[in-house]
Parts: sequence; C-alpha cells; structure tokens
Amino acid sequence: MARQINSKKQGQSELLRDLKRNKNLYLMLLPIVAYYFIFHYIPMYGVQIAFKDFTPAKGILGSPWVGLEKFREFFVYDSYYVWRIIRNTILLNVYDIIFGFPAPIIFALLLNEIKNSVYKRTLQTISYMPHFISTVVIVGIILDFFSRDGLINQILKSLGILSEPISFMTEPGWFRPIYVGSGIWQQLGWNSIIYLAAISNIDPQLYEAALIDGAGRFKQAIYVTLPGILPTIVILFILRMGSIMNVGFEKVYLMYNPLTYETADVISTYVYRKGLLEMDYSYGAAVGLFNSLINFMFVVMANQLSKKFTETSLW
Amino acid sequence: MKIKKGVSEIIFDIFNYIFLGLLCFTFLYPMLYVLFASFSNPIKLMAYRGPLLKPLDFSVEAYKLLLSYPMIWIGYRNTIIYVVLGTAINILLTTMGGYVLSRRNLKLKNPIMFFIAFTMYFSGGMIPTYLLVQSLGMIDTIWAMIIPGAISTTNLIIMRTGFHSVPDSLEESARIDGAGDWTILFRIMIPLAMPMIAVMILFYAVGHWNAFFNAIIYLRSRDLYPLQLVLREILIMNSTENMTTGISDASDRFAITELIKYAAIIVATVPILCIYPFLQKYFVKGVMIGAIKE
Repeated sequence: MARQINSKKQGQSELLRDLKRNKNLYLMLLPIVAYYFIFHYIPMYGVQIAFKDFTPAKGILGSPWVGLEKFREFFVYDSYYVWRIIRNTILLNVYDIIFGFPAPIIFALLLNEIKNSVYKRTLQTISYMPHFISTVVIVGIILDFFSRDGLINQILKSLGILSEPISFMTEPGWFRPIYVGSGIWQQLGWNSIIYLAAISNIDPQLYEAALIDGAGRFKQAIYVTLPGILPTIVILFILRMGSIMNVGFEKVYLMYNPLTYETADVISTYVYRKGLLEMDYSYGAAVGLFNSLINFMFVVMANQLSKKFTETSLW
Repeated sequence: MKIKKGVSEIIFDIFNYIFLGLLCFTFLYPMLYVLFASFSNPIKLMAYRGPLLKPLDFSVEAYKLLLSYPMIWIGYRNTIIYVVLGTAINILLTTMGGYVLSRRNLKLKNPIMFFIAFTMYFSGGMIPTYLLVQSLGMIDTIWAMIIPGAISTTNLIIMRTGFHSVPDSLEESARIDGAGDWTILFRIMIPLAMPMIAVMILFYAVGHWNAFFNAIIYLRSRDLYPLQLVLREILIMNSTENMTTGISDASDRFAITELIKYAAIIVATVPILCIYPFLQKYFVKGVMIGAIKE
C-alpha cells in the first residue's frame, strides 16, 4: 500500500518534471487540445439534448429530461421515415462498396501495364482531375447532363437506345446509379494513387522469378501484383467498412429533390431538415446520435477485423 | 532479359491503351464540353444536339453577363478570404500539433493522441455542433467558416508521420547549439518538412475553396457567401434572373441562362485545375503517408 502511494507520488512528480522540462512543447499543444475539447468534446456533451425537450431559451442544462421520448417519436411515430433513411443510407454505401471499391484497384492494375511512361503519367494526371472539382460544380454538371434535353439523353437518343428522353433527376430509380456512378467517376483516379504506390513497392525480383517459371503478364498480375497489394486492399476495405453509416451530406443534399426522397433521403439530410430547418433540435440530435452509435459500432468491428487479419489496427 | 510477346499480350496491350485512353477522356470531356459550351453562341447551342468538339460561334456573352453580376465578385472575395485565413490557421495548428506529437519523450503524448483520435470515430453530430457554434456567437460570421474546422485530424496525423521521419540527430545537434523548441520547429523542422507542408496547404486550400457544408449551415447574409453558395444559386436553384433582366425575349433569356451556368462552372473551377498538376508529385506522397496509421 505504502509502496503504491509512493509510486503514485513518484509518477506525479515525474509528470510534473516532464511538464516543466517540455513546457514549450505543451504550450504549443495547448491550442490544439483546446480546439478538440471545444469543437469535438463539447458537442459530445451536448448530445444529451437527445434525451431532453430542448428549447434554446432554457439552454441545455435547463431543459427538462424526457428519457427516450425522442427516440420513440422517431422509431414509432415516424417509422416510415426511419426505415427509408436507414435503407437509403446503407444501400448507397453497399452499392458504393460493390462497384466503387474495386474500380480503382482494376484501374491501377491496368495502368500498371502501360509501359510508355509519358502516356502513363498523362493518364494519371487526367484521372485525378475530377477529385478537385467541388461538389456543387459536380452536381451542377450532373443536373445539366442528365436533364431531359441534356447531353446524356441526346447521345442515347442519337444512338437509338432511347426513343423517349428519361428525366433522370426526378425518377427515384435513377438516383442511386447516378449518385454512385458519379462518385466513382470523381474518385477513381484519386483512390488509385495508393494502389499504384503499393504496386511500385513490389520487389522486381518476384516478377523475374515468375517470368523464369513461365508466367505471362496475366499470370504475373494475378500471382504477383495482386497478392502484393492485398494488404493495402484489406486495410482500405476495413477502413471503408468503418464509415458505412456516413454518406456525404453535401452531394445528396444538392442532388435530391422531394420527388426522389424515396431513394435519396439519407440520415444526415433528414437530420438537417428536421433538426435545423424545422428547428426540432432534440429530435434531430436523437436521430444523429443513433447514426453516430451505429457508425461507432461499425468502426469497432472493423478495427477488430483489422487486428485479426492485418496486425494493423486503428488503436 | 527479353521474352517475345505472345499475340494475346499484344492484343491486350492495344485494348488496354485504348480503353484507358477512352476512360480518361471521359474524365476530361465533361470539363471540355462545359468549356466549349460556355464560349458558344447561346441560340446556336440551344439548337445543337450531341457532343461539342469546339465552341459554336465563339462568343463571350455569358462571361460578360456573369462577371457583371456582383454576387460572383462577392463570392470570389469571400472565398479568397476563407482560403487564405483558413489555410493559414490550419497550417499553423497542424504543424505545431504534428511536431509536438511526433516527439518521443513526452509523457502525455499517448493520452493526448487518444483524445484526438477518438474524435475520428465518435462525434456529437450536426445538431449539438450547430448549437455550440451558435452559443459561441459565430453564426453568420466569417469565423464559422474557419474555426470549427481549424484542424483536420487526418492531416494532423499525416504531419506527425512526416515529422517522425526527420532524423533525431538534427534536433540533438541544434539543442547542443542552444536552440529551444520554437527555434527547432521554425528553423529546422518546418524547412525540412516543406514538401509535406505544401501537400497540407493544397489539401486545406482545396477544402476551403470547395467548402459548402459550413456555409449552408452557418451563414445567413449574402455578403458572406462563398463562391460555392453563389454557384449553387446559379447552377442548382436556377436563379439567374438578376443577370438576364436586360434580355426581353423569353427564349433568348433561357438560352443565355444555360450558358451562364457553363461560364460559372469554368470561372469557379479553372483556378484549382490550373495549379494541381504542378503539385501532383507532392500530394501523391501525402496520400501515401495518410494511409499509414501507426
């Protein structure tokens, strides 16, 4: 016991000495810690309004507790919206994982087969370009190209694929393909950077050995390149799984309209409409908290998987 | 060692060169289409069907109308303020934080790192954050565009990794010469980490240039609107009446409205697209380091 107290004291004085010795370093860290405390931890504290009947006049502390009332309101009274926004949030992610995740890997593998370095570099530079275009502009271009008399309809018509133009942006059935497809278009090149870098780290001797064993380029790609970048693929896949409940607010918000809410409305846009536009703060916070909790669960699961398969973990 | 290519490999090569060329063309072409369309004659463009390969009857009418619309200039001015001020604060905090957290001998380093990294996995959400910003009196001020996003955790981790790679012996010899922490940071670490900082400047500046979420949530007065909100009005809400009041014919007005949209896209996007090829070699490095978390 005495020794414990002693070592505790010793720990404290060591900490004090550390604080004193590295005074300047801690001083530099102060604004950073303050930033995280204020802008990340105070909102976590503010999440309690999900369990209160918050009115701005009474403030967070003064508002009365209502327990799970707001969650009941969401899950029981608005159950139609609950399943719609959860389904939409998950489906947009699932489609993005199925189609969007492999795309940059395939792109990197194909690009790696281009031996002419000028051509290769040109392709790369062009492929990153869409990443730098803002969401507002991307959606502006989408709305223009996919409108009833837009470029896409014109092309499809002149090729004889369509006889009547489709109004893509007002039909719920088209929202997901356009959302996911445009996302792939925008991020394909950017996301391939990391795979290309992983490919360039593969030991060239492996290719020589494969060549001696009689492997052609297809076999080299399948038996050398792909296994070589597999760890990168696994890590990125796990990271991707960890953000399954996050669908970017901006693009959905700019792209959707009441006619496509059926397939387009996601949790974050619903929180925005209910919480900020209708100023039902507690309700919005409850829906947001539900989303954060599910997302946190996915992150923990993803991290466990990562630990198991890659010996790399986020914590 | 050279081995003769088989026929199937040659076919694959041809296919691959053409396929990737076409694919990259689809990345480029939408921007080219917008560029050509923006310099076209509005009436001709309306009648035209199919992809454009050059402007139809070169005309700068759309740009004249667009640039005579005061909101464009207000948006540009505000965006430049947000980019410059915001990026400066981002870089200052990210380099200081990255440097300190890369030092090995700090007792509180790991707890603080956990304190920071935890926010990547759990957050209070949109509403509590909004209420906080409101109670700080930042609603409808330029600070709402700058302070709530003063640090990006991913970028902080990238910076920390970057500083890790600076050899310890450099710091030690500076200490022997009597340098303190501030001198080491500004005179030794920052110059050495300059390529890394260039990446950070690009990431943050592009982020501010394209920022939309904070603006839509926190800003009310049009005087503070960044370019992206002005663009949203023009591109998505179709409010170009102010620019086309001088045109009496309805179909002319419709035609020029479409053209103004194209011009607006070009005006808002070209500055970014012009600088990024020059920074490409740096940000590839940044993406790589960002992907490795210790």
